[in-house]
Amino acid sequence: MAEGELLIKNGVVYDPINGVNGEKKDICIRDGKVVEEVKNPKVIDAGGRVVMPGGVDIHSHIAGGKVNSGRLFRPEDGRRGLEAKTKVCRMQSGYSVPNTFATGYRYAKMGYTFVMEAAMPPLAARHTHEEIVDIPILDNAALPLIDNNWMTLDYVKSGDIDLLTAYIAWIIKATKGYGVKIVNPGGTEAWAWGKNCDLNDTVPYFDVTPAEIVKSLGEANEKFEMPHSIHVHTNMLGHPGNFGVTMATYDLVKGIKPSKDRQVLHATHTQFHSYGGTNWGDFESKADAIADYVNKNEHVTIDIGSIILGDTTTMTADGPMEYSLYQITGRKWTNHDVELETGSGITPFLYSGKSPVNTIQWAIGQELALLVKDPWKVALTTDHPNAGPFIGYPILISMLMSKKRREESAADMHSAIYDRAALPSIDREYDLYEIAIITRGMTAKALGLHEHGKGHLGVGADGDVAIYDMSPEERDAGKIQKAFLNTKYTIKGGEIVVKDGEVVATPAGKTYFVTPECDDTLTEEMLKKLKDKFEHYYSVTFNNYPVQDAYVPNPYEIKAPMRG
Amino acid sequence: MEITDVVCALCGCVCDDLVVEVEDNEVKKVKKGACSVGKSKLMGHGRIKSPAIRENGSLKECSYDDAIKKAAGILAAARRPLLYGWSSTVCEADKVGIELAEEIGAVIDNTASVCHGPSVLAIQDVGLPSCTLGEVKNRADLVIYWGANPTDAHANHMKRYSYISKGYWTAEGKKDKKLIVVDVRETKTAKVADVFIRIEQGKDFLVFSALRALLLGYEDVVPEEVGGVSKKDLLEAVRLMKEAKFGITFFGMGVTQSTGRHNNIVNAIQMTRAAHTHTKFSIMPMRGHYNVNGFNQVCTWETGYPFSVDLSRGYAWYNPGETSSTDLLVRRECDAALFIATDPGAHFPGESIRHLAKIPVIQIDPFANPTTEFADVVIPAAISGIESEGNVYRMDNIPIRLRKVVDTEYLPDEEILEKILEEVRAIREKEGE
Ligand code: SF4
Ligand SMILES: [Zn+2]
Repeated sequence: MAEGELLIKNGVVYDPINGVNGEKKDICIRDGKVVEEVKNPKVIDAGGRVVMPGGVDIHSHIAGGKVNSGRLFRPEDGRRGLEAKTKVCRMQSGYSVPNTFATGYRYAKMGYTFVMEAAMPPLAARHTHEEIVDIPILDNAALPLIDNNWMTLDYVKSGDIDLLTAYIAWIIKATKGYGVKIVNPGGTEAWAWGKNCDLNDTVPYFDVTPAEIVKSLGEANEKFEMPHSIHVHTNMLGHPGNFGVTMATYDLVKGIKPSKDRQVLHATHTQFHSYGGTNWGDFESKADAIADYVNKNEHVTIDIGSIILGDTTTMTADGPMEYSLYQITGRKWTNHDVELETGSGITPFLYSGKSPVNTIQWAIGQELALLVKDPWKVALTTDHPNAGPFIGYPILISMLMSKKRREESAADMHSAIYDRAALPSIDREYDLYEIAIITRGMTAKALGLHEHGKGHLGVGADGDVAIYDMSPEERDAGKIQKAFLNTKYTIKGGEIVVKDGEVVATPAGKTYFVTPECDDTLTEEMLKKLKDKFEHYYSVTFNNYPVQDAYVPNPYEIKAPMRG
Repeated sequence: MEITDVVCALCGCVCDDLVVEVEDNEVKKVKKGACSVGKSKLMGHGRIKSPAIRENGSLKECSYDDAIKKAAGILAAARRPLLYGWSSTVCEADKVGIELAEEIGAVIDNTASVCHGPSVLAIQDVGLPSCTLGEVKNRADLVIYWGANPTDAHANHMKRYSYISKGYWTAEGKKDKKLIVVDVRETKTAKVADVFIRIEQGKDFLVFSALRALLLGYEDVVPEEVGGVSKKDLLEAVRLMKEAKFGITFFGMGVTQSTGRHNNIVNAIQMTRAAHTHTKFSIMPMRGHYNVNGFNQVCTWETGYPFSVDLSRGYAWYNPGETSSTDLLVRRECDAALFIATDPGAHFPGESIRHLAKIPVIQIDPFANPTTEFADVVIPAAISGIESEGNVYRMDNIPIRLRKVVDTEYLPDEEILEKILEEVRAIREKEGE
């Protein structure tokens, strides 16, 4: 946070949380926060350019064990992003798996000031936090994986939702995490034996189904006033015909009442879960069905996980999925199962516009954004780096804003796009207000961060501002893309961090974590079982497990009381 | 006072359930958890007493400030400095080391380049299907040690994590498991194995290939004997692999440092992939030093590459064979070197040591070792895991925080490096870079 005053004048402001749609409006910042007025400010003349709150990414893999294993086993990717250190910046490397420094700089250049690391294995949470500390500029948080944990499986089986509640409170605190992440529930545990699970299969040895896990965690999460809902990567990711499983998963939590004014389930990288067909031969888009569901229901939000064409590094806690992908490509494959909790797989992948399947996948992500009518239900992501690196966001923004650009791109791709996808028939074009929603307003709200100063520019909000070098009237897709790649200014906590597309300052980001406040008696009872797991099955001790304060040097705590 | 959950900072097992007795700011007794090697490290001796600078051939004691100034002067003036070691210190120190390397355009490298470097190269070729050690403990019914002798080098490994440990599906310990040892000689570990496969020196690659072929169903191409092993024994090993519910291969320097080097590991990983078509199978390098993995981790997220990183261009240049420390020394390229928590005097080839004798050498270490004999600046450090805390990565990538159990006047590595970095920056600023 910078001390002093800043005035941004002559900007055309898009601040959807406050209903500001392209108004010429001054932004005043004092000591890092947006204020009503300033007296002696440093002045930035936005000169009629587009002004938005700092971007908030709801789902990206930027730090931790699998990201680093991705970097380690892809020196060829490292070479795609080499930049020498400067007076301000540390060295940079990587494209789909950039080093920590590049991650901070590149996001900031795109006007982002907050990123959610979407998958933190609890046992390796220290690793995630160690890397996060090395990511400059960005405020951040991380979602611990809680769905394949033996504690969770045991409580789901016995139906002890209260004790499950105590466990998720404990593990979110122990990992300095932000919420409940679910990735291929049950399937990752099954993968420890080389197997996988569909939604209603029984998890080997545990006698529960993925459906029961999702439902129970959905209920448990709402026992607290958690800023975020459960965050779900549904079963059968990447399988033709999976759209039914996806919607069936959404349905599981339909009756649950959220503890705050938000969704009950955030479904991530939905592109990978909106597939029709029965095999890769008759593979087709079912984005329309998924969008229809989201349009008709209020309890689900999605992020799109849209494809960026080219080579990338896929990585997920969904071990079996990465294994199938590696079997398709025969490229290198890393797997890392984590005792009693989760797993992960990593393999490089090339999305090619010449492939019918990749072309349809490419269409699906954009179809989801265009077919979901209410932009407050949809977030822009590439599930970095799974569907493509975050550095591709400006490409997606330009696609969503320009039917012409979509048509031109489709013409260069496999003709399957005209038969087995809906994209070419969609006329809708996003405006800047809607872009601001899916890149900051909606994401901040879905994460509950708008109550903590993120994603908007109302009085009291963080002084995080992006000034894009374009006029609101700009319709040229190429120019739009360029403007969203490198801001004129990015301001973080009132400090100018990017100017004319160059990083000029690198303050440290804050780490947001949630403290669910659970009843002591429940916690005591839960701990008996948990300590037994440490005694007999974990390979580290109970006392060495929780993330020590030293790993979170810039903490921002959000308390989540139990629902009254 | 009894302190529990103490973490052993010696080998890649990073045992974290030690109980030690501390009195008068001294570790009096290691009551539980440590193997004998770990115990003796905790009880510690052979300290470097004071910072020292070599004058007229002998080390003269001096203050920390003087030693740090001297070290910074050497590094700031160097054109091709090498910063080496980093495996027996904490990640916090490794981070400062990388920043220092970046500042002076050094080559930074850790001991992996002389032990499991080939494993890293293999992983970069084919990836690594692996898991945490607790997975092995709970699930593995087949354990293979290949070119590794944990009984001597990782004494608690079998007891805590593998063959002898008891877990959820392995409640009976070794009764529920099979142990195969593959080695060129009958090691202590081989003596307790269910199956010992003795292979000829340097024939690992062939034997991996044969097993791969058998696992993939090409029995006809495998001759009657491969690398000193009969086809019958190979078939028996393959039968055990296929029948296992969860198999794991741990490999050691017997494989990485023998003929074939990283090709051996590529083949070992390919064998694992082949086994994975039948059952769950994983593979893991037996990392030696307690934080050799940690440096590789930090170096990867900060520079993009795990070791042997040349920062002379301002960005990271990674080309092991060109940028690894021994290459640099053998080419007599480097003109100053900093060694931290390591002993190149004992591990590097003679040719490189001869070059080291000619250039200024800085040593940071709690303990004297053969490198101290020729170092020009010697800076004593606190002992990580006893006198200072910090993060380390176990051989299976699990991060664990070392505890501090006694106080010390010696500075931790991290702080020494920060002071050197600060001093280097001051010198460069004065010189206007
Ligand atoms: S096995 Fe290694 S880490 Fe464990 S006590 Fe022995 S030396 Fe220490
Ligand atoms: Zn993801």
